[in-house]
Amino acid sequence: MWVYEKKLQYPVRVSKCDPLMAKFLLEQYGGADGELAAALRYLNQRYSIPDKVIGLLTDIGTEEFAHLEMIATMVYKLTKDATPDQMRAAGLGDHYAAHDNALFYQNASGVPWTAAYIQAKGDPIADLYEDIAAEEKARATYQWLIDLTDDVDLQDSLKFLREREIVHSLRFREAVEILKEKRDEKIYY
Amino acid sequence: MHKMVDDAYYKQLHELQAVDFVLVELNLYLDTHPMDANAIQQYNQYAELRMRIAHQFESQYGPLMNFGHSFSSVPWAWNDTPWPWQV
Repeated sequence: MWVYEKKLQYPVRVSKCDPLMAKFLLEQYGGADGELAAALRYLNQRYSIPDKVIGLLTDIGTEEFAHLEMIATMVYKLTKDATPDQMRAAGLGDHYAAHDNALFYQNASGVPWTAAYIQAKGDPIADLYEDIAAEEKARATYQWLIDLTDDVDLQDSLKFLREREIVHSLRFREAVEILKEKRDEKIYY
Repeated sequence: MHKMVDDAYYKQLHELQAVDFVLVELNLYLDTHPMDANAIQQYNQYAELRMRIAHQFESQYGPLMNFGHSFSSVPWAWNDTPWPWQV
């Protein structure tokens, strides 16, 4: 089971109301390489992955939910004081019509999240290579998001998330090596 | 809302976040380096420190966790603000 902890993994501060930046950040909320996709991908793949890697998928999948909460906090803080006019000017008029200032699992273009973004192939190497690619794509997205804002408080939180993608990618690469060693051992049985 | 949030709240929260970051990092590292006894010793040491800091934080600002992992005062303290996105 999972237990909630009433704190963010890393502080999220924003220095202004900025619904346009909130719209861009949705890419990491409900986008193909976003945090929801990451959490659900790893926590679903773990049931059919070799035992040596289950702990890693469980832990990284769990950390992704903490990142999802950080992105949600950014979007919430950037839009909570926005008027309907400001939402419209930021390209969120259609979002406002459907959701008011509520969050919704969609990408920066307003496309709803879909399970088609993620895969579970039952082949450990194929799954882990997908996971490595997902981390690298998320890392790149965080860089583009950092480039899109001049809010240094927001940049600080985004830089933390960018660095986490690098660490996750490294750990998944190590998991691939662990599985390869295990596979090669079997040849001599 | 936010009546209990003062400078000390942010300071203590930050201290807890820093220790928890060390634990997350060590945890993921150990998932792929299970034979590193030094790292395991460091993990256990920080786990103990974490318990003390979390307990101190909770005694002042209320429960951090649900489902019996934290204690509550009367009235039920879990519903009390702030939630993480409100601070």
